[in-house]
Amino acid sequence: MREIYMDHSATTPVDREAFEAMIPYYTNEYGNPSSVHAKGRAARKALEKARDQVAALINADSREIFFTSGGTEADNQAIISYMLSNAARGNHLITSAIEHHAVLETCEYLRKNGFELTVLPVNSLGIVEPEVLRKAIRPETALVTIMHANNEIGTVQPIEELAAITHEFGAVFHTDAVQTAGKLPIDVKRMGIDMLSISSHKLHGPKGAGCLYLKKGTKAGNILYGGPQESKKRAGTENIPGIVGFGQAAELAAGRMTETSEYLNRLATKLREGIMADIPHTIPTGSLDNRVPGSVSVCFEFVEGESILLMLDSYGVMASSGSACTSGSLEPSHVLLAIGLPHETAHGSLRLTLGKDNTEEDVDFVLEILPKIIGNLRKMSPLSGKGGSN
Amino acid sequence: MYSQKVMEHFMNPRNVGSLDEANGVGEVGNAVCGDIMHIEIEVEDNIIQDIKFKTFGCAAAIATSSMVTEMVKGKTLEEAERITNRTVAEALDGLPPIKMHCSNLAADALHEAIKDYMARQEKS
Ligand SMILES: Cc1ncc(COP(=O)(O)O)c(C=O)c1O
Repeated sequence: MREIYMDHSATTPVDREAFEAMIPYYTNEYGNPSSVHAKGRAARKALEKARDQVAALINADSREIFFTSGGTEADNQAIISYMLSNAARGNHLITSAIEHHAVLETCEYLRKNGFELTVLPVNSLGIVEPEVLRKAIRPETALVTIMHANNEIGTVQPIEELAAITHEFGAVFHTDAVQTAGKLPIDVKRMGIDMLSISSHKLHGPKGAGCLYLKKGTKAGNILYGGPQESKKRAGTENIPGIVGFGQAAELAAGRMTETSEYLNRLATKLREGIMADIPHTIPTGSLDNRVPGSVSVCFEFVEGESILLMLDSYGVMASSGSACTSGSLEPSHVLLAIGLPHETAHGSLRLTLGKDNTEEDVDFVLEILPKIIGNLRKMSPLSGKGGSN
Repeated sequence: MYSQKVMEHFMNPRNVGSLDEANGVGEVGNAVCGDIMHIEIEVEDNIIQDIKFKTFGCAAAIATSSMVTEMVKGKTLEEAERITNRTVAEALDGLPPIKMHCSNLAADALHEAIKDYMARQEKS
């Protein structure tokens, strides 16, 4: 059976070139970059090359890049260490209702430990309206953390405006750019970003690597204590093969960004429009104008997401959903509820996230089977009404 | 995460639909929590002659609905009443723990249908 992977927001395959760049650091060049000898120096050189590659992706200075174990750690470090280091400035932080759990749960942890937290609502497209931030921000606000683009509904936030408002009030702006790094142009200087998180495995790099960008002069510290690695900001021997793969993948992503995003936009538009045309009672989620390339997210009324996923999987098509049954909890995704969808609609969510290796034939195949799958599940559904819809 | 039996019933559910001659109807769950099971039975001479279901929910919800209809078709009402959510899950070689609670209500829907049948008999 042919495999059609359309879950690139969950993770991506490692670029061949990135993988090949990693191999020597698992075999011959296994040195510890803190060592003085030849193998240590070789590892150090590789580490610094990767730092340059990642810095170039977001127009940062290499000294502003601190490698971590991934997006989750970068989010934790930015939020926790900034709030702890700047308690004198204020103990209030602001985030949005649609953040990834890596941000939301971290903010919640701080709230439980005495910090004050404001969670901003979003509009029905999943956008944090700048005026909503302006009303919530206060003199004692130290940090605003709002994601660049959402992993479930694909909406891209007006980051520049949000950062500008944050700075007007003297606070610092962090963004989780895990879903956009390598897909959309990011210029931390022009956008006014003080801290930014990236994960390697979402941009065709290996899992277990990522970084935190800290603008020069931003007072953030550690969450891991120990050795003096990463300019004393992140203790622990560096994951050299992972970081090398991350750097290589970042460079490749930067090189093909325009071309790839045009391609992905075209495929995703075809997929979304095909779905909307062929399957009635379908609600697109997220913004159509400000969107991560390749992301299609919809809710089908009267059916449940896990059933859709397993039916697609039986045809070799791999996707994801924000329904309760797939989130491992009893509630549908907090993102779908935050954009105002009723529970019963949110249960029918489907997310198809395309990658550079998907083809037009993949899209055609999904457009061929999906209407049948939804139709069959609806025939089985007591919600479809007499005679069923579709 | 699902047993082969669950997947088999999910992919090829038995007894989907509704009955023109239904004399007992049961429904449990709600759309907010993401599972609704609707079962219709046709009872004659104390025996479930025919049974159909419609279910909104995940694979476990659909498979348990299908399984329960298969287990009770042709059985007496007393036999059907003895079937529990647990025996349905066992007949499917088990369900993942998280599914035992919310998606395993098919026997409840069946019992509601039997109750409805009894109530209708009393009235007539
Ligand atoms: C928006 C967002 N932030 C953070 C993460 C976590 O990244 P990682 O898997 O590298 O810890 C993810 C990935 O699931 C994500 O989509």
